[in-house]
Parts: sequence; structure tokens; C-alpha cells
Amino acid sequence: MKRFLLPLVIFLVVVGFLFKGLNLDPREVPSPLVNKLAPMFSLPRLDNPEQVFSPKDMLGKVWLFNVWASWCGACRDEHPVLLELSKTGIVPIYGMDYKDTRQDAQQWLDQGGNPYIATAMDIDGRVGINYGVYGVPETYVIDKTGVIAYKQIGPVTDEVLRNKILPLVKRLQAQ
Amino acid sequence: MKSHLMYHLIALCLFVHSGSTWAEEARPLATNAVVEVQVQRLSEELRCLVCQNQTLADSHAELAQDLKQEIREMAAKGMTDQAIIDYLVARYGDFVRYRPPLKSTTVLLWLGPFALLLAGGFGLFLTLRRREKVALEPPLNADEARKVSELLEIDKES
Repeated sequence: MKRFLLPLVIFLVVVGFLFKGLNLDPREVPSPLVNKLAPMFSLPRLDNPEQVFSPKDMLGKVWLFNVWASWCGACRDEHPVLLELSKTGIVPIYGMDYKDTRQDAQQWLDQGGNPYIATAMDIDGRVGINYGVYGVPETYVIDKTGVIAYKQIGPVTDEVLRNKILPLVKRLQAQ
Repeated sequence: MKSHLMYHLIALCLFVHSGSTWAEEARPLATNAVVEVQVQRLSEELRCLVCQNQTLADSHAELAQDLKQEIREMAAKGMTDQAIIDYLVARYGDFVRYRPPLKSTTVLLWLGPFALLLAGGFGLFLTLRRREKVALEPPLNADEARKVSELLEIDKES
């Protein structure tokens, strides 16, 4: 009986590691930007290229910064969630259209609805690199002092919104 | 017939010519050979985050192209390898490096295989020593030897 003990222990350890591995998503790379100041930029707005949007304008408010594109399939999944959220008025949502054209972006918003107060146009993807964007859509929760409190890689789902983003927004707004 | 051949020749010339113009368009800023060597060296050390098991050098993803361009511009400004890697790690995290740095969270990753090798070697050593003991036991005592030879004799006679 004793000779089976060691193989059994090794087997259980391997099973433990594999089981943990099942719940890990290799696409979710922890961002080093969380708890750091959101990188500054100023980009022309989608609705009016003469006007620029900059995170500086948002100091003193908690806000969501959503990186999207008309060519991005998963953005279509999260779009209704963002639309619902924008209707509640709990937290302002600003967008950044990543590596896209004005025409396609405008058409996409006209068809699917516009949850954004404003959308900045990052046509060449330079600002995206500063934000460590690698898988659109990505969403940042930014606090009153301009610090990134949370980064969601991939679409915002009802579940993520309810369990992570909204409680965090409430806490940050109370600060 | 002759005009037909002429046609083909012209078509061929056009094709060859257009091919060469494409090749020139496809290398923006890649004029400085020293910079290119640095870009190549760095892009073999850095991971493409879209297609995670490829380096930037291997990847044709759009983000990889953008990052290579970004590296090229930094290299052209005279930034060192370390400064450029730090710049990217600050944005994408350690994962962007193909060779993860040795620190407290990556100790298991770096030393785990060696620990397993040591454990395996130790296990092998123990097993071999146990077998040696078994082999050293006296093969047969006198009584047993006589029994064996008796049995063999019976076998021969039958």
C-alpha cells in the first residue's frame, strides 16, 4: 500500500496544477499600467475633427475609457452592454477608435447606437501602444486623479460590469 | 504571331517593373543598416502579444508591425536596447519579453525544471541502490542447490 502513496501524491499535485490552469486565460496579460497615471494624449474627436479630446479634460471625474474599432468582432458583443450603461448615467464613457477610418467608425455608431460622450480617433495606433493595447476591445476605469484603477481586456460583459466595474466605480466616486 | 509574342514581352516587362516598385514601398525608414540590425535583434527578444507564441520578428500581425516601427524610430534616436525594452515593458508588462526576467514571481519557472531533474535523479539513485541490495543476497544455499540439481536430473531422465 505504501508504495502507491508517492505516485498518488505526485499525481494529485499535477492534477492540482492542471486544474488551476483550466481557469487561467493566457490572453489576459496583467497590465503594468494599473495604479499608474493614464498616459496623456490629445486626439481629434470623431464627431468633430477640429476638437480634440484629452484625458486631462476628465480630471476630477471617474470615467470609463473604452478602446474599440469598427473592424473588431468582440466590440459588437459588448456594444449593447455599454449602451445600457450609458443610459443609466452612472459613469461617463469615452471611446477611442483604434486603427480605423472615420467613415467606418461613424457608420458603426450610426447603426449600433452611440454610448460614448466623445470618441477620440487613434488612426495610426500610436496612443494605443502607450496604453499597452493589444486586443481590442479594452476598457480602462480611470479615477478622479487620472490613475488607471482597472483594465478589462476583451469585451465588457454584464457579469464583469456588475461584479467588477460598477462596484469599483462607486468606490472611486465616493473618494 | 509576332505581335502576340511582343504582347507577352510587354506584359512581362510591366510585371517585373511593378514588382520592383512594390518592394521599395514596403520598407519605410529602413535605410540605416545599423538601426535595422538593432531592430532585428530586439524583435527576436520581444513577444507579439496578439499571436503569443511568436516573436515580433516572426509575426505579421498588425500590432507587431506597429511595434517594430516604434522600435525602429526609438533605435534611430539612438536609444539603447535596454531603454527600448524598458519602454515596452512599462506598457505591456514582462510578458512582452520572450525571455522572462528572473524574479520572485518567476523563480518556479526558471528553477522548476532543474528541481524536477534533481528530484528525478535522487529517485533513480534510491531505486538503483535498493536493487543492488536485492542482487547481493546469496543466490542459493546448499539445500536449495541440491534440490535444483535433483529436479534437473529427473528432467533429463524422462
